[in-house]
Amino acid sequence: MFAIMKRELLSYFTSPLGYVFVAVYYLFSGLFLFLFTLSYQSANMETVYTGMFFVMMIMIPILTMRLMAEENRQKTDQLLLTSPVSLPRLVIGKFLSAFAILLVCTLIFLVYGLVLSGFAKVNWAIILGNIFGMLLMGSVFIASGLFISTLTENQMIAAVGSIGLNIGFILIDSFASVMPAKFLQELFSSLSFFGKYSQFTLGVFSVSNIFFFLSVIFIFIFLTVRVLEKRRWA
Amino acid sequence: MIRRSPAAAERIRKMIEVKNLTKQYGSKLAVNNISFSVGEGEILGFLGPNGAGKSTTMNMLTGYISSTSGTACINGIDILEDPIAAKMHIGYLPEKPPVYGDMTVMEYLRFVYSLKKSKLPRESHLAEICELVGINEVRKRLIRNLSKGYQQRVGFAQALVGNPGVLILDEPTVGLDPKQIIEIRTLIKKLGKNHTVILSSHILPEIQAVCDRIVVISRGSIVANDSTDALAKNMSSDHKLVIRAEGGSEDVKKLLSSIPGMDRVFVNREAEPGVYEYYLEAAQGKDLRREISKKLSSRNYPLLMMKSNELSLEEIFLKLTTGDNYGGVDK
Ligand SMILES: Nc1ncnc2c1ncn2[C@@H]1O[C@H](COP(=O)(O)OP(=O)(O)O)[C@@H](O)[C@H]1O
Ligand SMILES: [Mg+2]
Repeated sequence: MFAIMKRELLSYFTSPLGYVFVAVYYLFSGLFLFLFTLSYQSANMETVYTGMFFVMMIMIPILTMRLMAEENRQKTDQLLLTSPVSLPRLVIGKFLSAFAILLVCTLIFLVYGLVLSGFAKVNWAIILGNIFGMLLMGSVFIASGLFISTLTENQMIAAVGSIGLNIGFILIDSFASVMPAKFLQELFSSLSFFGKYSQFTLGVFSVSNIFFFLSVIFIFIFLTVRVLEKRRWA
Repeated sequence: MIRRSPAAAERIRKMIEVKNLTKQYGSKLAVNNISFSVGEGEILGFLGPNGAGKSTTMNMLTGYISSTSGTACINGIDILEDPIAAKMHIGYLPEKPPVYGDMTVMEYLRFVYSLKKSKLPRESHLAEICELVGINEVRKRLIRNLSKGYQQRVGFAQALVGNPGVLILDEPTVGLDPKQIIEIRTLIKKLGKNHTVILSSHILPEIQAVCDRIVVISRGSIVANDSTDALAKNMSSDHKLVIRAEGGSEDVKKLLSSIPGMDRVFVNREAEPGVYEYYLEAAQGKDLRREISKKLSSRNYPLLMMKSNELSLEEIFLKLTTGDNYGGVDK
């Protein structure tokens, strides 16, 4: 598991993808911080966090597109799948590699907190909570991106497919508002990713939201394992 | 090389045992109910034309794909029942070496080392492998910058990491130049001394040169399974000849067929203008060389070449794999 994670990290940083990803993340988050917080002379980062949802939604598929698609294309999956490594460990190893990069990205918010604390009172609990929220949301995108990457040999298709799926996550809200029946509306809004994420940005940490995100991550990792398993039986 | 009779192989521990293995892709039967076993320390050649089902079989043996029915055991462990334990004993070189272009050779081998959960001392073990397959001079190079021959050797090295008891090699010499082919062959022979090896190929001489025993597969089914010696003996005996004679092929054929004890006369091709090559088969044990020579000169058809049919292993292979029944070989 850690062998696989390590290999992926090595690969992220031998191709410039890893560096570029981190740099672009810092660039956007810094820009948002400047536009939405610093320029208003405030210490409220709510809009920044909201913006990061969309940044992650578009960028994480670029991080995950390669994870399995490239193995499928180069037939290196033959090495992984004939090694004494269980499928869940293989998939979790892949997941952790992308998560490690997301972690490096997200921790920049500690620095932003320090910057803000220079001229305003900063609520560290809220900052830490939001870092946690962003990591959870990002992990959902990683797990779904990994899943899509497993389905194809083509990185581009994997990236476009994952962005499409992520847009679908947002559209759940819009579906909710056009549902004819009240219970359907409630059902769809109870599945709202953006709604739940927004609660983090407002400083609300509910156990049920955390549990919701963890379940979605679990489901996608499970589905990825299933796809790998199923392929053997094709 | 140690050659063992099949009877002796029975007494040795079976490292690979395949029973009624079948793989179906949709309506296509890629591998059809095959059974064989490989004893400890044996080198088995898995011979068959392209599309015969060699890679499919090897992918089932290594747990990359599952079988539709039947079982495959490695060192007594069923690959589907306890895949992790079975895979600990396998080194697999697939048709296309599973190497990562963005890693250096050493980075890659260290990665494989941790994947295989090897307990051997890492650096000395890997150094030994690099020495053995001859990749010392490229250890620090990126794999994508290596030639095909070197990439194949890195793939080979990968299969040796962790010193697994069973090596499964899918067409390991495909795409290599003749010098590299000989090197790889020598290497396989060397490895065969303390590993059980299955080696697939669609080229007969290659298999013949290194294997103790040959399993011939055609269109998903096994059509022969015998020791290399027995197969070769069966096929290159005196009663089969190749000759070249000048003169009309129909007339010569008729003439040769009239020799008592001549079973078959087959016009192979026109070797030179007016000179035809014939494959002759006499009844088992009959030596007709003198008769042939006399008969031809009596009618003034100059005999330009005569030799015992050493190509017949190829011929048999072709026959086996194109579906002709060939008495005495099919088992
Ligand atoms: N994934 C697959 N889907 C459908 N048919 C396949 C697949 N893999 C192999 N086959 C078919 O199975 C047969 C055996 O293929 P293979 O094992 O690769 O042959 P070999 O390695 O002996 O050349 C071929 O006819 C091939 O077309
Ligand atoms: Mg093949």
